[in-house]
Amino acid sequence: MSNQDWEEGGPERLFVITRGRDRQQAAATFDLVTLIVARSRPVPTMQPEHAAILRICGSPLSVAEISAYLRLPNSLVIVLLADLLADHKIEARAPIPLATLPDLSLLEAVIHGLQRL
Amino acid sequence: MDFSGSEPVRGPREAELLPATVATAVKVVIVGGFGVGKTTLVGSVSEIRPLTTEETMTEAGVGIDDLAGVERKSSTTVAMDFGRITISDELVLYVFGTPGQERFWFLWNGLFEGALGAVVLVDTRRLEVSFDVLGRLEDRGVPFVVAVNSFPESPGYPLDELRGALDLPRTSRSSSATPAPGTPAATC
Repeated sequence: MSNQDWEEGGPERLFVITRGRDRQQAAATFDLVTLIVARSRPVPTMQPEHAAILRICGSPLSVAEISAYLRLPNSLVIVLLADLLADHKIEARAPIPLATLPDLSLLEAVIHGLQRL
Repeated sequence: MDFSGSEPVRGPREAELLPATVATAVKVVIVGGFGVGKTTLVGSVSEIRPLTTEETMTEAGVGIDDLAGVERKSSTTVAMDFGRITISDELVLYVFGTPGQERFWFLWNGLFEGALGAVVLVDTRRLEVSFDVLGRLEDRGVPFVVAVNSFPESPGYPLDELRGALDLPRTSRSSSATPAPGTPAATC
């Protein structure tokens, strides 16, 4: 037996943080690059993970960046984000509909932007 | 006792904050086999110190990952490195590196949805590991380019020969009168 019976990254901890909720519904709302901006301040009664998200999202951050800073799996972060969105505590900027190809003007904007670098 | 999980969460550094006006984020995916240079590529184009997001393999990995001998390990974590390039005050590009091996394809759901396209990074010493990736991207209809990473010790082949070995079309299969260029390939 290792000296750490409670594995930090183990499924038990993740289950506790999401209170066992499923990610299916949240996955439809959030992409890895959905930009999140806090719309309210963290309060002490909040779950620590919710408070941490509000604290770091003063400027826009992608879901992937939030996952990296919180050191939590992406699938778990989107469950937490769904909570905050339902409570109107965050704004989610995801203007490109999922599962559709981006339009030409967007591609051109990216290509021209990269060429200017 | 080490309470690593209770460290205060540190967010982005001041210099890494995005403008508040950024409204659109797009993504490009770099896919390639183990050790082909994905992390190096992400790091060399990113304006921020590359970050890592993790995903835990759950039921999707059952029957794919052989857990024999590691039974105590009840979940598998796969890391994806990513970086960021701010295009303008409204537009930001994220670049994700993802492993190409079939057992990591569970990561692809969500990753490729809405992606502008993919960069397939190949190593001429192990060209065959790219075959499945190319086929899978074609199946999914993801636009992609091929980048050949030239390692000092890898054999050098003419790009045309590599295109043939990877079965890359020279012209697009569209019906327009002026054929568009085929899948772009370049050495780097």
